[in-house]
Amino acid sequence: MTAHDPKLSADHSNEIGLYAKRKSVFPKAIDGAFRRFKWLVMAVCLLIYWGTPWIRWDRGPYAPDQAVLIDLGNRRFFMFNIEIWPHEFYFVAGLLIMAGIGLFLVTSAVGRAWCGYACPQTVWTDLFQHVDRLVDGDRNAQLRLQKAPWTASKIAKRTLKWGLYLTISFLTGGAWIFYFADAPTLQYEFWTGTAASVAYATTFVLTMTTLIFGGFMREQVCVYMCPWPRIQTAMLDEKSLVVTYKDWRGEPRGSVKSAIKAATPLGDCIDCMQCVAVCPTGIDIREGAQIGCITCALCIDACDKAMADVGRPRGLIDYCTLDDAEKEKRGEEPTPLLKTIFRPRTLVYLGVWSGIGLALLFMLGQRARLDLSVAKDRNPEYVMLSDGQIRNAYTLKLRNMEARPRTFNVALDGLDGGAMFTDEMDAAAAKRVLTIEVPPDTTKAVRVYAVLPRGAKPADFAFVLKATDKDGGTDRGGTTFTTAEGNGQ
Amino acid sequence: MANPKIDDATGVETVGHEWDGIEELNNPLPRWWLWSFYACIVFSIGYCVAYPAWPLIDKATAGTLGWTSRGQLDGEMKAETARRASLIAELGKASIEQIAADPKLRRAAIDGGRAAFKVNCIQCHGNGAAGSAGYPNLNDDDWLWGGDVSAIHQTLVNGIRQPGDDATRISQMPSFGRDGILNAAQVQDVVSHVRVLAGEEKPSASAQRGAQLYTDNCTVCHGAAGEGNRTVGAPGLNDAIWLYGGTRAALTQSITNARYGVMPSWGNRLDPVTVKMLATYVHSLGGGEEAPAPAPEEAAAAPAAATK
Repeated sequence: MTAHDPKLSADHSNEIGLYAKRKSVFPKAIDGAFRRFKWLVMAVCLLIYWGTPWIRWDRGPYAPDQAVLIDLGNRRFFMFNIEIWPHEFYFVAGLLIMAGIGLFLVTSAVGRAWCGYACPQTVWTDLFQHVDRLVDGDRNAQLRLQKAPWTASKIAKRTLKWGLYLTISFLTGGAWIFYFADAPTLQYEFWTGTAASVAYATTFVLTMTTLIFGGFMREQVCVYMCPWPRIQTAMLDEKSLVVTYKDWRGEPRGSVKSAIKAATPLGDCIDCMQCVAVCPTGIDIREGAQIGCITCALCIDACDKAMADVGRPRGLIDYCTLDDAEKEKRGEEPTPLLKTIFRPRTLVYLGVWSGIGLALLFMLGQRARLDLSVAKDRNPEYVMLSDGQIRNAYTLKLRNMEARPRTFNVALDGLDGGAMFTDEMDAAAAKRVLTIEVPPDTTKAVRVYAVLPRGAKPADFAFVLKATDKDGGTDRGGTTFTTAEGNGQ
Repeated sequence: MANPKIDDATGVETVGHEWDGIEELNNPLPRWWLWSFYACIVFSIGYCVAYPAWPLIDKATAGTLGWTSRGQLDGEMKAETARRASLIAELGKASIEQIAADPKLRRAAIDGGRAAFKVNCIQCHGNGAAGSAGYPNLNDDDWLWGGDVSAIHQTLVNGIRQPGDDATRISQMPSFGRDGILNAAQVQDVVSHVRVLAGEEKPSASAQRGAQLYTDNCTVCHGAAGEGNRTVGAPGLNDAIWLYGGTRAALTQSITNARYGVMPSWGNRLDPVTVKMLATYVHSLGGGEEAPAPAPEEAAAAPAAATK
């Protein structure tokens, strides 16, 4: 990974080559408004990622007390006071659709803000770049060390740096598994070697991906692997905010000294290369919008600082829409920021996004926490008893989705003159309403025999499930009763 | 190639083909691809040595690891047997009544019985145990030899009318018509009476004549009112269920030639645990009866009544 001399490749620019060797990026530390915002976003993201599994949430004695838990073994998804069963997976699908449209919304309004601030690849790359600075020093020291021979000091520094990479990667990969099991228990099991092998395998895979993507591949993931930048080229329009070098103000560039000597007045850009030095993906923003730009805005911070140093106004590099760039070139007033952000396209995205969100919330409020499904025995379809009664068998599945035991009444709707009993009951005790207790958070299968007197006709009817407690709730399962003459359908 | 043609733009040799001015460069294979290819070759050699690979006349080379798909299945079956060993041992120790009284054992026995039924029983009794003419429906509440779990178990173990099994369920109905005990008209009269007993016909002169013949010839086994007798496997004639059919033709056939339904004694064919599981499963199909009043030595089995 030797640094490529840009001048050298410029001399051979007529060479045909589809392969470009990676140029190592050693971004310089910078302070400024956007850097501080990036710090904040990074802190919040890491805190959410590492902290969430450890939040406790009391759900009573029958459910786990972890606030966010994807319980694959029991097929339950817990998120604070929401519990999702597998058949309610559309809630998760809805959230994913919202996440997708949310990306559209953010992209069309403020460009690649996701890439620049919140994407895990960005957050972890940023973290690893800080480790580089901590161990090796800032950009120039890193460059020197890169070219330096392998002395004891370099070996020590590399060992320390890669050790820190590995530690961070392990903490990252290891934190993931806590979303899938009770975190304190799994933590104990993990270190005592009693956790499930999938926990170790997952930790290993995610440790390695974090190490490789964040520690070594870095901006190549964004430029070559990630589909999102390509999609974004379609999502961005002339009203999206992108990081823009205002070439009409900056060009022709030249240092302060050469500006004094120059025959014609030069632009504001003093060609200090600070915007290139701080760029985490190693691009030159002055060449215009490009796929490597994740709009992290660190070059804005760098340029603002340089402009302040030479006493020129800030914003030579700034967030700016293509429309505004054209206007500014013509010397017109740019569109106000709010008007840029709230325009029909973003409002439509916002409408769709919040519409789905409201629909999900509405469904969440409406969903029933009990359910009945009926499966009729098809072999045999009916049984003739010795006294001539006809018996049909059904498997009822009573689903109690509450974290407490509930008592349900199951009644016959229709099937006049009929009665039913379960395989736990005596046939003589058959009646029209059965009372069944279902344990918390459980689907209970009950085998029910329904009987009609001798000579009965086929009929359609339904089982009706009703909760007996004050919260109530009801469901019904329609089915049919078969005799020798056929079934009711 | 003796005189390789070099592409001007890239300085790479071409393969010498040309299609409408388009030439193919003879670039070397990517290294990663080439090494993966070599690695695959090495792997395949190792694989051919270790696993069955080369087809010969009557079998394939065995491979040094000795792996076979049958061996793998055998291992899996052994592991499954080992996994169930403790449960099977428990079922083996428990009596059929104890299994019925223990919810955990009963559930295990029903599941095992369902599987064994599919292998051994559905040929006659049907996939849903609904039977057919001559083969009893096991879902209903009509039992020839008794419907409590012990009686079902005994029927399974010793079979029905199995020569060579001293404890087999055995009885024989005379062939009233064929052996000349009753003449054809008398048989028809008995048929009429039996159909009246079952409520399938209105009383008639023929039925009245049949009543006396019935009392003389049939009551001993089938009971005065046609209630049947389980000790001799005599079916009830006054209920809605007919094993061989309740039409006049079917009944004429039954009385003329008699019936002689048989079932193998499964005690000789299956292991005791499987037979217990089958009995428990059949008992669970919806017609199983409570055990009769406990025999003196089985007074402790009374709580069994609570489970069914």
